[in-house]
Amino acid sequence: MATLTYRDALNHALREEMQRDPNVFLMGEEVGVYQGAYKVSRGLLDEFGPMRVVDTPITELGFAGVGVGAAMVGLRPVIEFMTWNFALLAVDQLVNSAAKMRYMSNGQVGVPAVFRGPGGSALQLASQHSQAFESWYAHIPGLKVVMPATPADAKGLLKSAIRDDNPVIFIEGEMLYNIKGEVPEGEHVVPLGRADIKRQGSDVTIICHSKSVGVSLKAAEQLANEDVDAEVLDLRTIRPMDTEAVLNSVAKTHRCVVVEEGWPFAGVGAQVVDTIQREVFDELDAPVLRVTGADVPMPYNKQLEKAAKSDPAKVVSAVNQVLYRD
Amino acid sequence: MASSAAPRSKTKSKGLDPARADEYRGWLRQMLLIRHFEEKAGEAYSLGKIGGFCHLYIGQEAVAVGSLAALGPDDYITCSYREHGHALARGISSQAVMAELFGKASGCTGGKGGSMHLFDASLGFLGGHGIVGGHIPLTTGMAFAAKYRGTSQVAVCYFGEAAVNNGAFHEALNMAALWKLPALYLCENNRYGMGTALERASALYDISERACSYDMANEVVDGQDVLTMNAAMERAVTRARNEKLPTLLEVRTYRFMGHSMSDPIHGHYRTREEVEGQRKRDPIAGWSQRLIADGLMDEDSVRSMDKNVLQEVEEAYQFADQAPDPAPEELYTHVYAGEEGER
Amino acid sequence: MPTNVVMEALSPTMEEGRLVEWKKQEGDAVAVGDVLAEVETDKAVMELVARAAGTLLKHIVEAGATVPVSEPVAVIGSPGDDTGEGGKRGGGEAGAGQRGSGASGEKDRGAAGQRDSKESQGTQPSPGQSRPVSMPPAPPAGAATEHRPSPESPSGSKDNGVKSDSPAPARDQQAEPRVKASPLARRIAAERGVNLVGITGSGPEGRVVARDLEGVAAKAQSSTAPPPSRPAAQPYTDVPLSQIRKTIARRLAQSIGPVPTFYLTTEVDMERIWEARQAQLALSGAKGAVGKLESGEGGRDVSVSFNDITIKAVALALRQHPACNAWWQDDRIRYWNEVHVSMAVAIEEGLITPVIRHADQKTLREIAAESRDLAGRARERRLKPEEYTGGTFSVSNLGMLDIDEFTAIINPPEAAILAVGRIGQKAVGHEDAVVLRRRMRLTMSCDHRVIDGATGAQFLKTLKGMLENPLTLVW
Repeated sequence: MATLTYRDALNHALREEMQRDPNVFLMGEEVGVYQGAYKVSRGLLDEFGPMRVVDTPITELGFAGVGVGAAMVGLRPVIEFMTWNFALLAVDQLVNSAAKMRYMSNGQVGVPAVFRGPGGSALQLASQHSQAFESWYAHIPGLKVVMPATPADAKGLLKSAIRDDNPVIFIEGEMLYNIKGEVPEGEHVVPLGRADIKRQGSDVTIICHSKSVGVSLKAAEQLANEDVDAEVLDLRTIRPMDTEAVLNSVAKTHRCVVVEEGWPFAGVGAQVVDTIQREVFDELDAPVLRVTGADVPMPYNKQLEKAAKSDPAKVVSAVNQVLYRD
Repeated sequence: MASSAAPRSKTKSKGLDPARADEYRGWLRQMLLIRHFEEKAGEAYSLGKIGGFCHLYIGQEAVAVGSLAALGPDDYITCSYREHGHALARGISSQAVMAELFGKASGCTGGKGGSMHLFDASLGFLGGHGIVGGHIPLTTGMAFAAKYRGTSQVAVCYFGEAAVNNGAFHEALNMAALWKLPALYLCENNRYGMGTALERASALYDISERACSYDMANEVVDGQDVLTMNAAMERAVTRARNEKLPTLLEVRTYRFMGHSMSDPIHGHYRTREEVEGQRKRDPIAGWSQRLIADGLMDEDSVRSMDKNVLQEVEEAYQFADQAPDPAPEELYTHVYAGEEGER
Repeated sequence: MPTNVVMEALSPTMEEGRLVEWKKQEGDAVAVGDVLAEVETDKAVMELVARAAGTLLKHIVEAGATVPVSEPVAVIGSPGDDTGEGGKRGGGEAGAGQRGSGASGEKDRGAAGQRDSKESQGTQPSPGQSRPVSMPPAPPAGAATEHRPSPESPSGSKDNGVKSDSPAPARDQQAEPRVKASPLARRIAAERGVNLVGITGSGPEGRVVARDLEGVAAKAQSSTAPPPSRPAAQPYTDVPLSQIRKTIARRLAQSIGPVPTFYLTTEVDMERIWEARQAQLALSGAKGAVGKLESGEGGRDVSVSFNDITIKAVALALRQHPACNAWWQDDRIRYWNEVHVSMAVAIEEGLITPVIRHADQKTLREIAAESRDLAGRARERRLKPEEYTGGTFSVSNLGMLDIDEFTAIINPPEAAILAVGRIGQKAVGHEDAVVLRRRMRLTMSCDHRVIDGATGAQFLKTLKGMLENPLTLVW
């Protein structure tokens, strides 16, 4: 085991996959000479050269489309969006081109590309730079959506994403790049579509992903002091969702809270709740509650921003409600 | 305004090269095939056998035929949604294309793509695409892949003149020129984006001049003359293959039919006289007369060829009509790689 | 207005009844609850009582007739009523029920119809649209199905011999209030047979949640658990069949009839019981004889028979072996947390099995009194259905008929029956000598789908131990 930051774990995954497969290349704004806006691609230009670590103009739609086109003819591009906020300009390419190509062509042409970059709320970046879009992409058949919460998962999931023959939306936590964690040495691959129990518990299941995993684990610690034994389930892959893991956990604990950074309306949690009520209705002892970001654009002011974000206290409160502890 | 500016590149009026006689006759046959195929498709649409949108290529046949003749078998091609003609000229069978328009399992995309999404990966024909301009960056990506791998492939993108006003066009051409990619951007300027005339949508009338923004080679081509089209395309392909440089071709052509089947031949946006005037420059009539004049064909052989093509189209129609619908379980196939379906 | 008296289902399995005797004659005044007739069911002779007041206008059937359940047998009304129309079912109350709900249903339908018409042209006009707006909506045909009286409702013909033509308040049709409960709580309650109506919910707005059932429900007890001092709050625990249990059930049933039975026999030394009973008889002053019941009624001088002792011992042994105190329920096994011992009683027409309820919690004297009462009324065919149903285990005793041992047929859905033979003196080895001792043979018939060989054997061993050490029966 080595202790790595989330950022370096991603860097290692990119380096190893580029070493392994000459068809893998990295393209995006500031990935080369600048070494990456968040330094995820540090050192890669030197190692692999400008044909495989490609700096682009600020033209998200354009280079996302270039990535899709290159993938259509067999390369395995990793397209970096400096943040997912900017990827809004490329949504047509992600939705209309990447996601649908295999289906429209009746299986003749696939898009084995990874689109990655930081997402979620940050610190005082205001409305246009602090938002979570995973539910948008998870809505689209043809896309996979992956969101690691730990350095080990970041490395293992990125390697799987690069090897996957489908377009993968890989959303990193903007606030997670500096967190440290143990990462297995050598070949470490985490399969897509498998959730991970980050904490075992028996009283309530807290379902979360990305930055919300840390929030949920903190909440679980507080709850443990109050003799509530919470299970924390990290989805890791939003789509395809590991419904089996979700259902097994809820069937065990009978109570569930879903935590996410995004807005409440039609969020990831809405899909989780739908699955739970449909599949294990008779296991539920309380309605499933959701902890989400506030239903507003992100404000700049620090206090308002705090109020807009999900945090451990909100999770604890929701858990108390589903446990009928008032 | 309706008359086009004089194309800058014109094939000189010299005699046709007898050594290419078979190829030239082949072009005529391809153009006839596209023409009659589209006429039949229009008929099938009116009978309800073809649904959705259906954009006919009648009037523009020389563009696809002349330009695709300049490509090699490994090159990549993408098109807009007005791509029946390109699919046929690239070599997808009339049966497979007609069956696709009918939405049948025997269609070239199994009935899933339809008129706007024809594919045949084995021919490098990588799709009709439905979002105006959306496929232009894809083509840049394919050219990038050719350069990345060090192959001599080129990637060609067909789009209408209305697409040049959107961001995808600009972003894609900028990167192709910046990175010196073997890409070919062929703008089929048929003067109307749906019902909006070029001069009502673009501040710059000469689309070829857009290339100046990217320091990219460009040419204006008469798209109603298949030989001229072919020659210009060969120059651009050579530039891409040998110099790894992109080209923007502005090909001036005209659509004899409405934008789609729901649009009359001349709506409020153009006059009957304009359409009639353009029909006098029918690329098929022009090319068959040229072949006859140069002694490569006679009227009988043209008639015979026409009859033969009509027969093929009829057979394609019958094939498509009788072909089976996709199996219900096809609904969930090919959503993801490596899985039958995701539920 | 005249109303019909119908043949009621007076036993759980009754499909028809024989009208034995009219207790009210035509022209008699009748009050609610009056006995109108005696009816012989498949199990007993029961009373048919009046559900409406008035005059008994007409006997539709004569005494001795056999009438299917829910067919009319008489008419009650006012003198002068036309009895020919008395049989008509009360359409008024159903209409009232439909009317209110129909109106609200129509409102939704009409709104939906308008939406449809806006969004898609050329669709058929909905019923709501085709009617002028000012017209009161008629009950839609479809609504009637939602408000058809349920079999449990007072207007259902099975439960009520008398049909009233007066509109019943709609509220009466909802027999039980809706209980708010979480899905999990509902599931647990259903599995354990707990009625949620009586449970106080601790969730929002009184929602019953899982924790509210914690005190109420307990799992099936292990065989070593001590018997509870009071009746368990929920009488049984349903355990869905495991795959292996399903396979055992299927294969054994294929092998031997619908109930795959096996038999276990043991011999019990009865000397100490004999002595104990002699002592008890001496105390109560009764002159007991082997296998014979005294007829003394009530009070303390009821003599306790060997059969009573056996029933008590069986009940206590079942407490320790809940696996034998069970019902086969096709898709599950119902393990009872209460012990109700059926005792086979021979009657003139055959056999009936009155039930000693909570036999494990009753004293020998209580059991003796109850068994005597039940047996007596059984012979007179005066048992109520609830007195001969609901047993969890049966005991059949042919000892008084000098039968050494026999095998008894299981009374489904019970999973076992104990056949008790006579007590007789036998030469047996005892403390290194061959001596004569009173012995009794017990043969247990077990439903192999529920009880496995060793399970039954362990139960019998416990039972034998109890009978050979009578103190265990009183401690």
